[in-house]
Amino acid sequence: MRADRTVVVGASLAGLRAAEALRDEGFTGELTLIGDEPHEPYDRPPLSKAVLSGWLPADHTTLPRLRDIDAHWLLGTAATGLDVPGRQVVLADGRRIRYDRLLIATGTRARPWPEQAGGGLRGVHVLRGREDAERLRAALLAGPHRVLVIGAGFTGGEVASSCRDLGLAVTVTQRGAAPLASALGGVVGRAAADWYRDAGVDLRLNTTVRTLEGDSHGRLRRAVLSDGSTVEAEVAVVATGAVANTGWLAGSGLAVDDHGVTCDATCRVLTPDGAVVPEVFAAGDIARWPHPRYPGQLLRLDHWDNAVRQARTAAHNMAHGGHRVHQPLPAFWSNQFGVNCKSVGLPAIADQVVITQGTLAQRRFVAAYGRDGRLVAAVAVNSPRVLGGYAALIEAGAPFPPVLNAPDGPPQPTAVDAEFPRRSTAATAAATAATAATAATATAQRRPVMTAHP
Amino acid sequence: MTKQSPPDTLRLVVDLNRCQNYGQCVYAAPTVFRFHGEESLEYDYAPGEAARREVERAAAACPVQAIALGAANEPSPLSAGSDR
Repeated sequence: MRADRTVVVGASLAGLRAAEALRDEGFTGELTLIGDEPHEPYDRPPLSKAVLSGWLPADHTTLPRLRDIDAHWLLGTAATGLDVPGRQVVLADGRRIRYDRLLIATGTRARPWPEQAGGGLRGVHVLRGREDAERLRAALLAGPHRVLVIGAGFTGGEVASSCRDLGLAVTVTQRGAAPLASALGGVVGRAAADWYRDAGVDLRLNTTVRTLEGDSHGRLRRAVLSDGSTVEAEVAVVATGAVANTGWLAGSGLAVDDHGVTCDATCRVLTPDGAVVPEVFAAGDIARWPHPRYPGQLLRLDHWDNAVRQARTAAHNMAHGGHRVHQPLPAFWSNQFGVNCKSVGLPAIADQVVITQGTLAQRRFVAAYGRDGRLVAAVAVNSPRVLGGYAALIEAGAPFPPVLNAPDGPPQPTAVDAEFPRRSTAATAAATAATAATAATATAQRRPVMTAHP
Repeated sequence: MTKQSPPDTLRLVVDLNRCQNYGQCVYAAPTVFRFHGEESLEYDYAPGEAARREVERAAAACPVQAIALGAANEPSPLSAGSDR
């Protein structure tokens, strides 16, 4: 057992659970948690739903502390640099925190709207943290005539849904042909388009926002769309995906970019040439790693479940010098427009999809996703109880289409093209990520970000 | 000596991957949990000590054991003196 100095940078879900897991694993040394927000670790998923709709105050999202961790907490203190040879984290106030072992868990942030396209206007929002949610909530309470949501991924859908709950007029633009298409494909995406429209959302597909325009006081007034039309709106919510909080790692010699920090399957961070950086680990939304189930690529999962599980794996390996491999079956959920949507596996790698239970029109169905004749994912809409069975089939490498003979299944299940936006290069994958929303986080980008292995 | 729980520290989180919408928590602690629409569980992470009994009942009643309660006894990180 190691008893020295461990520093966790990032005090959100992954950082907190990693700290608890370190103590669970018997780590008795000095433990420091560094977080840039001046709050105890809180949960992000409710921000786009219960908080925005007003049912839950933003400060009622603080995560429970599951055990004592006897840590030094440095909250409201951003890490601004990392000195790998000197084993020190540099803080914004100039302090340097020495470590023997480091966990990087600084997550992601909402991709901002470009300044030159109106990103600096008052009324333009993103939704990632507690203050974002409070600001947006206040803007919605002011009674805008219309809210524009840019991006119909998970966060965009949840925000639009909350706005409709508040009785606000909403326009949503979506680059692709359907909401959620990059995460769930066009077949389920078209069903989701009906959720939007039945809720009264003005949904503009295959449409992007060219620019946001304001009045002489710098307040948002309208958006000019790619088809030349304009939408008058006083509030815009930019829900075009997330970028990794890796700025503080620039020049550190670690393999980092906007997509995250690259580590191996045991959560050990790598250099750009693939060497292990001694005693530096990563977990949560920021980590990209080679998942043994998905060879030939690096996976990043902005999922609540992944933040918790990768934190535990990293903590185990940190505490014991172990080599436990992080290979969870991906899982996430989203609630929007009165629909509960849960997923296991990795829909985005599928080529085909089949409805195995219920029907799309009923809003109660299971879509099974296949690739090369194997079941790789299942999405359950308003049917959360069946997913465990599908997860077991996916883990077992069951054939696709799966033979289920479900009593609520269609008489003749027919597999069709899953209709994912074309995945050609890493660059395109990154670009289409802009259409998805954020898990661990408001909301989390549930779409896994996959890029070719370097 | 019994462990003392500091006041106003009742905290909870639901693993919504695990949750299967049985709704037992809504019956056990209706001031803390609710369904928004038919299928979307929402809850208060910090409902206050007065709700502790019902929240503990809810956690015990959950058929998939998706509700976790805070169990730390040390002071909150934002209380004075934690930044040593």
